[in-house]
Amino acid sequence: MKRLLSGGRVIDPANGIDGMYDVLIDGGRIARIGKDLPVDDATVVAVPAGMVVCPGFIDMHVHLREPGQEHKETVATGAASAVAGGFTAVACMPNTCPVNDDANVTAYILAKAAAADLARVYPIGAVSRGSKGDLLADIAELKKAGCVAITDDGHPVATALLLRRALEYAGMFGMPVIEHCEDPSLKGDGVAHEGFHAARLGLRGMPGACEALGVERGVLLSELTGSAFHVAHMSARASLRAVRKGKEAGVRVTCEVAPHHFTLTDEALGSPIPYDTNTKMNPPLREAADRDAMLSGIVDGSVDVIATDHAPHHYDEKNVEFDRAPFGIVGLETAVSLSLDRLVHSGLISLSRMVQLLSSNPARILSVPGGSLAEGQPADITVIAPDLRVTVAARTLRSKSKNTPFDGWELRGGVAATIVGGRPVFVNPDAPIAFK
Amino acid sequence: MSGSVNAHAGARPAATSLRSRNLLGIADLSPEEITLILDTAEAMKEIGLRPIKKVPALRGKTVVNLFFEPSTRTRTSFEIAEKRLSADTLSIAIASSSVVKGETLVDTVLNLEAMHPDMIVLRHASSGACHLLSRICRSAIINAGDGMHEHPTQALLDAFTIREHKTRLAGLKVAIVGDLLHSRVLRSNVQLLTKMGADVWVCGPPTLIPTEIARFGVRATSNVDEAVADADVVMLLRIQLERMEGAFFPSLREYFSVFGMTEARLRGAKPDVMIMHPGPMNRGVEIASEVADGPYSVILEQVSNGVAVRMAVLYLLAGGVEHETAA
Amino acid sequence: MDADRIGRALTRIAHEIVERNRGVEDLAIVGVRTRGVHLARRLARSLHEITGHEVPTGALDITLYRDDLMRQPVGPQPLVRRTEIPFSIDNRKILLVDDVLYTGRTTRAALDALIDFGRPSSIQLIVLVDRGHRELPIKADYVGKNLPTSPEESVQVCLQESDDRDEVLLQGGAA
Repeated sequence: MKRLLSGGRVIDPANGIDGMYDVLIDGGRIARIGKDLPVDDATVVAVPAGMVVCPGFIDMHVHLREPGQEHKETVATGAASAVAGGFTAVACMPNTCPVNDDANVTAYILAKAAAADLARVYPIGAVSRGSKGDLLADIAELKKAGCVAITDDGHPVATALLLRRALEYAGMFGMPVIEHCEDPSLKGDGVAHEGFHAARLGLRGMPGACEALGVERGVLLSELTGSAFHVAHMSARASLRAVRKGKEAGVRVTCEVAPHHFTLTDEALGSPIPYDTNTKMNPPLREAADRDAMLSGIVDGSVDVIATDHAPHHYDEKNVEFDRAPFGIVGLETAVSLSLDRLVHSGLISLSRMVQLLSSNPARILSVPGGSLAEGQPADITVIAPDLRVTVAARTLRSKSKNTPFDGWELRGGVAATIVGGRPVFVNPDAPIAFK
Repeated sequence: MSGSVNAHAGARPAATSLRSRNLLGIADLSPEEITLILDTAEAMKEIGLRPIKKVPALRGKTVVNLFFEPSTRTRTSFEIAEKRLSADTLSIAIASSSVVKGETLVDTVLNLEAMHPDMIVLRHASSGACHLLSRICRSAIINAGDGMHEHPTQALLDAFTIREHKTRLAGLKVAIVGDLLHSRVLRSNVQLLTKMGADVWVCGPPTLIPTEIARFGVRATSNVDEAVADADVVMLLRIQLERMEGAFFPSLREYFSVFGMTEARLRGAKPDVMIMHPGPMNRGVEIASEVADGPYSVILEQVSNGVAVRMAVLYLLAGGVEHETAA
Repeated sequence: MDADRIGRALTRIAHEIVERNRGVEDLAIVGVRTRGVHLARRLARSLHEITGHEVPTGALDITLYRDDLMRQPVGPQPLVRRTEIPFSIDNRKILLVDDVLYTGRTTRAALDALIDFGRPSSIQLIVLVDRGHRELPIKADYVGKNLPTSPEESVQVCLQESDDRDEVLLQGGAA
């Protein structure tokens, strides 16, 4: 089927495009981008004024919880949540039950994704068997099965030696090692950022240095091995400092920041809801100086990617005392609105830069198709409505879990439609765009 | 009549009731509300001196003491306070094994609530447990100690004891020495004393001082002599043996030699200094026996004042059960 | 009532007390907070002038014995003040003093409170003003003035010790 998206602003930073263009889709791929393309036998989709056509967004840090924790989320519900959030693809973390450390689990996940037939799913494999930190997982097998990167996310790789080996070995396949940067002894039994608010509320703290130590380790080992090292969910200004220094020295280090870390601070621990477990995640919400540092990194290019660290948890699991609640919040369906409202409309970055953070950069880091609208690329497209008024409603999230701190937030900007392989898999009923 | 002198007399009108239906922490109390509780406690104290130590004020009300952490002192104090007000009281001590077996705090309380207690006095090992309960439970909640967060009735009885001796709180120098980091008594006392205009100094090894302590409105030091110099009140906090394992300090012996309150250390304080301790004490660790049992110690008074203060809190909150006051 | 009339009423009551009790040896006076306490002290002084005898005096706070505690739909808890009865009431004749006798509920609460303190041989009730409308079977033994009122009116007793003047005011029809 041929579709012609006409009359919209197209922003494709990978190809230096920002202007009013028509996009012709044929056979699930981008056939042509140009001005005033002939309609022929294509079905025309009029892109309303103000909406923007972008290469499909890719969330490279998502927990789909399947296999093993289907009460929180499944690949199918996660994929539905992804497309509702404007993501045409997600990369999913291996800390499932069992851990994705072999081809069978990888195949299982891919099969579930194919059955759901919504967002593309790129599995990330484990660095070590069971993520236990002793022996390397069969990385070549994981790659062959479809993994795009490796990580022991949930915790850091157990030793510097193992991380070095993983970097060297995965480097063979051009796969980056994604690291949950943390020093476990400094983390201790911390549940919040070590700062005034945790002190006031009597919560055990984890200092920013805890994360930065892991970043420094990774940067040094990346330099040593020459392999790609990616900092997951960066939150501390000391971490950003280490990343900047590494980049200046030419080290192959990249990093991602989640929307909650550029929006919220540890003040949220006490207000509006004291001890709200939807403000508990690891790394934690930090003090204003850290949040501001994340914003500055997003502005100056030190930050490469916005990734949500979408971590669904069942209501019963979160409806407990703060210490006992699991870490994590969902993020797929709020990321784009938060980015538009807090980054673009606040004047910090341009739409083009936002598309880099959400699409072109993640595609490049994971070496997956997409991230651009060049002819021949799969027609993975996100149409955003930057002026759409959005009110976040936890109740109506498509994710199985509703653990978000943003319930009730009124934001400017949202997703109009998500197209995967030329097929509109999500159309926002509140956005005036029609697909026939 | 002693004690009803408000530190801010003339600045704001006196409180005649508590705004919240719960007592979750000192953080939610205004100085006027604190004064109201202390004034009411004075009247309650007299009841304990009568031959019949009972008044019918809370007759027919059910109060449940739900203690997830072992505590003889606080629990007994609440029980006596409740009985003196003629309330029907029920104490439940939850062994940690039931929690391990899987019944959550939320479920335990919801089951309890189905039996309509008017008030629940909760002690729990997790900071914020009382806030969680107040969101799901219709009973009024009194915090008897939640994790490292607050122990408001302890701070109130400490303030009551100080006020009895010194007639005021404003302008007094109060030094608090011990494990500040893990102490809910510290957090409650610091908030109360600073609200009432005292000059608060906290002292301990840097490893046991909470981050950004200065933002709490106190002076922090690791030098005991500096903290104790000209102090009107010296409050000692318990040092737990387990803290050695967290490498907070090398040994109890060393802790005592650097921070332990001895008679010699007290010489820098004012001649009528008060020595306080929330208990239970580790003699020879944070406090020397000679000081604990000495002439400046008011530790046993704190215990008896605890009943009066808790009676005041129960009384002032009980009226809030039938109507919704502003939260 | 003005200051004069109040003074004369109290003097008269003092004489009545001495007469009916044939002396003041085993008497004690307990005033109900707050104004009852001022009246009790004044009576004790009068009795001392008349007989040369010191009659022990105490102050009773009946807040915690009120039957309307915890029943108000709105409003703060009433303030509680100290009770000070520095003597044993066992086997004494207690003179209970209050400023106004109205429904009788305050007196009922005071009786409950006193009984918790001990076993007096008798309790006699003294009031400055009896305004009628009893809801319980309570009767005053000594009355300063009988003042018929309607329920919409209010009786306000002002005493030098707490209000800077002696006066009894009848205020008409609360809206």
